[in-house]
Amino acid sequence: MTDLSALFDPKGIIITGVSNHPGKFGFVTLHNILTSGYEGAVFPVSREPGEVLGREVLGSIDDVPDGAADMLFICTPPAINEDLLRQAAAKGVTAAFCAAGGYREAGPEGAEAEQRLIALCDELGIALAGPNGQGVVSTPSKMCAQIVAPYAPAGRIAIASQSGNFVSSFLNLANHTGVGVSRAVAAGNASILGIADFVEYFTDDPETAVSLVYIESVDDGREMFERLRPLSERKPIVVVKGGASAAGARAAASHTGALASDDAVFDGMCRQAGLIRARDVEEAFEAAATIATQPQPDGNRVVVVTTVGGWGVAAVDAMADTRLEPTPLPDDLMAAIDEKLPPRWSKNNPIDMAGGETRDTVPEILQLVAEHPEVDAAILLGVGIQSNTAAMMRSGPFFPEHGLERIIGFHERQDTRYAEAAAEISAATGTPIVVATELANADPNNPAPATLKSLGRLCHASAGRAVRSLHHLAGYAAWRRARGLAD
Amino acid sequence: MSITLSEAESRRIVAGYGVPVSPFVTGTTTAEVMAAVDADPSVTFPVVAKLCGRAIAHKTERGLVRLRLGDRDALAAACDELLAKARPEDGAVEVLVSTMVDGNRELIAGLNDDPQFGMTVMVGVGGILAEAIRDVAFRLAPITEVDAAEMIDDLSTQRLFEAFRGEPEADRTAIVDALVALARVGAEEPGLRSADLNPLILVDGKPVAVDALLEIEEVAS
Repeated sequence: MTDLSALFDPKGIIITGVSNHPGKFGFVTLHNILTSGYEGAVFPVSREPGEVLGREVLGSIDDVPDGAADMLFICTPPAINEDLLRQAAAKGVTAAFCAAGGYREAGPEGAEAEQRLIALCDELGIALAGPNGQGVVSTPSKMCAQIVAPYAPAGRIAIASQSGNFVSSFLNLANHTGVGVSRAVAAGNASILGIADFVEYFTDDPETAVSLVYIESVDDGREMFERLRPLSERKPIVVVKGGASAAGARAAASHTGALASDDAVFDGMCRQAGLIRARDVEEAFEAAATIATQPQPDGNRVVVVTTVGGWGVAAVDAMADTRLEPTPLPDDLMAAIDEKLPPRWSKNNPIDMAGGETRDTVPEILQLVAEHPEVDAAILLGVGIQSNTAAMMRSGPFFPEHGLERIIGFHERQDTRYAEAAAEISAATGTPIVVATELANADPNNPAPATLKSLGRLCHASAGRAVRSLHHLAGYAAWRRARGLAD
Repeated sequence: MSITLSEAESRRIVAGYGVPVSPFVTGTTTAEVMAAVDADPSVTFPVVAKLCGRAIAHKTERGLVRLRLGDRDALAAACDELLAKARPEDGAVEVLVSTMVDGNRELIAGLNDDPQFGMTVMVGVGGILAEAIRDVAFRLAPITEVDAAEMIDDLSTQRLFEAFRGEPEADRTAIVDALVALARVGAEEPGLRSADLNPLILVDGKPVAVDALLEIEEVAS
C-alpha cells in the first residue's frame, strides 16, 4: 500500500506556478492553504520570484531548504513539470498533487506526457494524485490545497471523487449541515492513485469513520471489487455512481446477458462488497453523515416519534421501499408511553403525541423508545415547530409585550433540548436516532436544526430523506451481521 | 468465437457442479432413447422430449419440443417425429427426454462474463417472461451462501417465495445451494461465456432447471 500521509498531512508544501494574478490556480491554491489555517511550511515557487499574499515567492525549488517540504502542489504546465518533480524529489518530496491539466484529457501529446509523468513518479517514489484534479483537503492538517473552494468543518467523512466538482458539492453540504470532513481528494485523471487507493488510506486513517466516493468510470470492475470488499469489512464505504460504463456490453447471446445492464451488475457488486450505494449526491452525503455520527442498529425495527401527524405517516410510507420496518409498539412500551401522554395519542407507531407533550415529554418518550430492546432505531419528527411560532412572534408587532418574550424563550429552549436529547439518548442507548424537519433548509437558524448542526449531527430536511439514510445505515449493519463481522 | 452447447451437454456440465436439473436421458435413435428411459428409474412419465444439438438454438420455434408424453408409445412416436425433423445443417443431434416437472413458479438463473466485472451470476423472476419483468439480482462469481441468500432477498417479488397457489413456501436453502453451485460453474468451467437456466421451476418449493444453455469460447485448434 502506498503511504499517502505526505499527501494528506504534509509537514511542508511546495506550490508551483504561484503568480500575482488572483484568478490563477497557483494564487488560489496559496490563498486557500493560508486561509484554511495550514500550520506547516509553505513554499510558493514561480519563474518570477517576488511576493504574493505577503509570502516570499521562490524562483526555484532549489531554494527550498532540504527536507522542509514533503508535498508538491503542481499548477504549472506539463512541459516543465518533470523537471520540477525531479527537483522536488531531491528536496525530500514524497507526494504530489497535480492540478495542472494538459495531459490525457488534452489529446495524444498530453497522453504521452502523462505516461512520462507516471514513469517519473514511479522512478522517484512519489505518490501522485491527479493530474487534472482540483486538489486535496485535510482538516486534521487545516489544509485546503485546492484550486477552488470550499474548505469544510472538521469531521469523520473522507471523500474521494472522480469528479472534482463533486468534491466541492460534498464539502458544500458539509458546511451546510455541519457534519464535517476528515479528508477530501479529487482523483483527476487518476493516472497513478485511484479511488481504491484513497479508500485504502481512509480505511486505515484514525481520523475517518466513513469513506464517501463518487465513481464515474470503472476500468477494471473486478479489481475494484476485490480491493474494496475487504476494506468495507473494516470501515463503511458510501458510493454514488454516475454515467454509463465505458466498456459497452457485448451483444448478448443469452437471456442472462440481455438482463445484465451495467447498473444491475454494478448494483450487485456493491451489495456483495458491502458498499452502501446511494442514488444521488445528496443521498450519498446524508448516508455518510448518518453513518459517521450514529451507532449501528441491531436490526430493521424503527419507531417514529412525532409531534405532527402528517410527517409520521410520510415517514412510514417512505419505509415501504426500504429494508426498514415500522415495528408495532410492544405492550410494555405502549403502557409506559400511556403514563406520559393524554389518552388521545396515536397508541401505535408512529407515536403521534398529538400536541399532548409538556415540558419533558419528548425527551422522556425518546428515552423509552430508544432503550427498548425491541426497537433498533428511532426517527424524531416535528422538532422546530415551537421555535417557528416563536420566530413569528418575535418578528411581529406585539413583541416583546403580552408575555411574548417569555414564551419565545420557552419555545426555543424546548427545541434546543429536543435536539440535544436526540444526540444524548442515542449515544447513551446505542440506538440511532435520526431527526428531520424541513426547517433544516427553510430556516437553518431555528434552534432545532441549528443545535443539531452545532453538535455536528445531521438534521435531515424531510422524513423521507431520514428514512433513506437509516435504510443505508441498517443495510450496512445487516451486511456485517450476515457475515459474522463484529459491530 | 463462441458456440452454444446442446441442452444435453449443458445439463451434464451444470449437473456435475450440483445444479439441480430435471432427470433426463438422451439417445440418437428411438431405440436408444427407449432403452435409456427403461434403464433410468429417475425419468418418470409424463416426460418431455426435445431434439437438441449444438446448432439448434430455437427448439420451440421449430417445433422440436414435445410436452406431456404420458407413456412409452407416445414417447416412441415423438422420438420418430423429432428425429425426422433434423436437417442436414443441424449436424449431430440427439433426443433428450426428461421428467416433466410441475410448478407454477418460474425463476431464471444464469451466468454472464461481464466485460468489466468478469463472471457474474444472476437470479431473476419470471422464466420466459424474465426479460419483460426485469426483476433480477447479480453477483460476481464465485459467491458464498450469504451472498446467494441476499440475492434472493434483493428481488422485488418476494411474495413469489411465500406459499403460493397450493404450493409450499420456497425452500430458500435449496435455491441458495443451486446459485452457489451455478456460480461455481461460472468461476471454474473453462472458456464459459454465459449460461441460462431458463426456466428454473420451483417444484415443491425446490428449484429444478428444465432447460440449460451454455455458451463457451471456442478454443482455436
